[in-house]
Amino acid sequence: MKLLQRALGPATLVTLLGTFIMGMWVTPKATMLDGGGDLVRMLYVHPAVAWVALYVSFGTTTVASALYLWRRTRSVVMDRIAYCAMEVSALFIFLTLVTGSIWGRPAWGVWWAWDARLTSTAILGVFVLGYLALRRANGDPEARARRSAVFGILIALDIPIIHFAVVWWKTLHQSATVLNSTGNVLVHGSMLWTLLLSFVAFTLLFVWLLRFRYRLEVMRETSQQSRRDVAVAARQREGA
Amino acid sequence: MIRTALLVARKDLLIEARSRVLLWQVLPFGLLSLLLCGLALGPAQAGKSSAAPGLFYLVMLFVTLLMINRSQGVEHAAGTRESVAVLGLDPAGVFLGKTLALTVELWLTGAVIVGGAVLTLHTAFAGTVAALPSIAVALGAMAAAGTMYGALTAGIDGPATLLPVLTLPAFAPLLVAGERSFSSALHGGALWEWWVIMLVALVGYLAIGVLLYGVLEDS
Amino acid sequence: MTTTVLSLRNAVVMRNDFPLLSGVDLDVHEGELVVFTGANGAGKTSLLRLLGGLLPLTSGTGRVGNVALDDEHRRAIRRNVGWLGHEGSFYQDLSVMENLTFAARALERPLVAIAPALVRVGLQDRMDTPTKALSAGQRRRLGLAWLLVRRPSIWLLDEPYASLDDAGRAFLDELIGDVGRAGATVLLSAHDPLRSPELTPTTYRLAGGRIVERT
Repeated sequence: MKLLQRALGPATLVTLLGTFIMGMWVTPKATMLDGGGDLVRMLYVHPAVAWVALYVSFGTTTVASALYLWRRTRSVVMDRIAYCAMEVSALFIFLTLVTGSIWGRPAWGVWWAWDARLTSTAILGVFVLGYLALRRANGDPEARARRSAVFGILIALDIPIIHFAVVWWKTLHQSATVLNSTGNVLVHGSMLWTLLLSFVAFTLLFVWLLRFRYRLEVMRETSQQSRRDVAVAARQREGA
Repeated sequence: MIRTALLVARKDLLIEARSRVLLWQVLPFGLLSLLLCGLALGPAQAGKSSAAPGLFYLVMLFVTLLMINRSQGVEHAAGTRESVAVLGLDPAGVFLGKTLALTVELWLTGAVIVGGAVLTLHTAFAGTVAALPSIAVALGAMAAAGTMYGALTAGIDGPATLLPVLTLPAFAPLLVAGERSFSSALHGGALWEWWVIMLVALVGYLAIGVLLYGVLEDS
Repeated sequence: MTTTVLSLRNAVVMRNDFPLLSGVDLDVHEGELVVFTGANGAGKTSLLRLLGGLLPLTSGTGRVGNVALDDEHRRAIRRNVGWLGHEGSFYQDLSVMENLTFAARALERPLVAIAPALVRVGLQDRMDTPTKALSAGQRRRLGLAWLLVRRPSIWLLDEPYASLDDAGRAFLDELIGDVGRAGATVLLSAHDPLRSPELTPTTYRLAGGRIVERT
């Protein structure tokens, strides 16, 4: 386990570097996708950060929230994981929207189009802000953990709705990038490998950031517990 | 659970009948909002815009926020929360009861607002009537979601400002599905996708509410 | 030998990082009358809320009846105690009768017990009055009427004498004596000692969220 933890940082760096090098210099320009030329290199950033934002980080929060709510697995660890994953998710949602706008601008002619997936991602971003606001509004740790966990489950209900919105709504968005509706691969050769590498790289980046955020949260709670012990002792002295 | 649900629904509707907040505050707000929509569209578009279904749902969305606040505010008045807490009511039943009461209130309000939409935004009468089942389901789903989100924010700092931040993103797909199905009823077009979204949302929120409302009560 | 119906060991309750209770040890026996006294902010209300399952225990252990005072059982505890808060009871827009009917149906108590309870507390002429139109003392009586309908074995009364006139106080003394003789355990908070010589409570003084004196 410790070996894996030690390898996480270097592995993240190597895969990100590999994605960058391959994306910038190894893979060709392409014309088959919208926004051809060099702009196609956004292919190696935007889908991966969107994947992490919409599925990996939200999935982590949802699973951790569910495990917190289930009595057998309820623990402060699950609450911490859910919260930290949501904070990291905020970063990836921001990156998704920014990279999506950059990629879409030449193709659509505008920075923001009322595209189903872009709009849905923005809505998820508001969900994340709402989650973080809910955490800050609740002072009591146990109540905060419960409310956040329930909210994490509620958000999960919206994710499939967003997914189907891509299919059912009129959209300007890039249609499925890797697989088409019959499962045939659309991207080939070095582009495909670079794309897959980007997914691995950004997923590792998420895990790496989550790990560090988790450690910060543990330190914060330890400090808070010390303050509580001091507060209890001071309260007891009131009665002496 | 069902017995508690009916008891709580009856209690909520009785409170509404006594206080008349729906009649004297919420309905006027909704009708005023509808008029403001017409003003915002401008004289050229007011009364003939295809945005009418969306505007109807936008008004109902804000009405729902008011009603959620009201529904939870009733439970969290000074002294009420504790005296009711010691009754130890089944939380799943409480959730269903409050959802049922809120749904009835939204249907009543929605009926008036949709009538206002026919009158002021000139939505076709036959199409509007055809849209009523989808409106009923959409408002039911909003009631279920709203009851959960209302409980999520009840009793903490700044619930009035936090509630919209949490609830509006959840309402967004319902607003879209409701608008699409209302528009389809008016102008024709595929309906089944939007029914799926509304029904999935309704069933999903009901299921989550039955399972998890008690967790929020204890918080 | 009387049974212990309530016990706490080093009970700590935190709310927003503030210790409402900072380590309470308590044993209460069946049929006992207990009075908690102390200055404002000493923790009297918090202690009663904890025993009523209305506040979660942060650390320490507790038991109410045969039920552990933990998150899993708080709802069960709440169903089995009677609570009278100092901020009034039930729904402001409903009448006295409507509130009691709702509560009786919720706990499957007989509706026929409501009218005699209202007579006992002197609210028989206020059955159709909305709760928000009652005075503070009358709202207190409404809460007591509910307890009479419920007949719980443990009564938790938070400052029940506040807002009562002399007649009201005498009535409450008599009521507490009656329910105590019927076997109920009564715990209440008060700023002043009980006046009635017939009531012989065990008095605990609280300060700084703990019990500091027992008489």
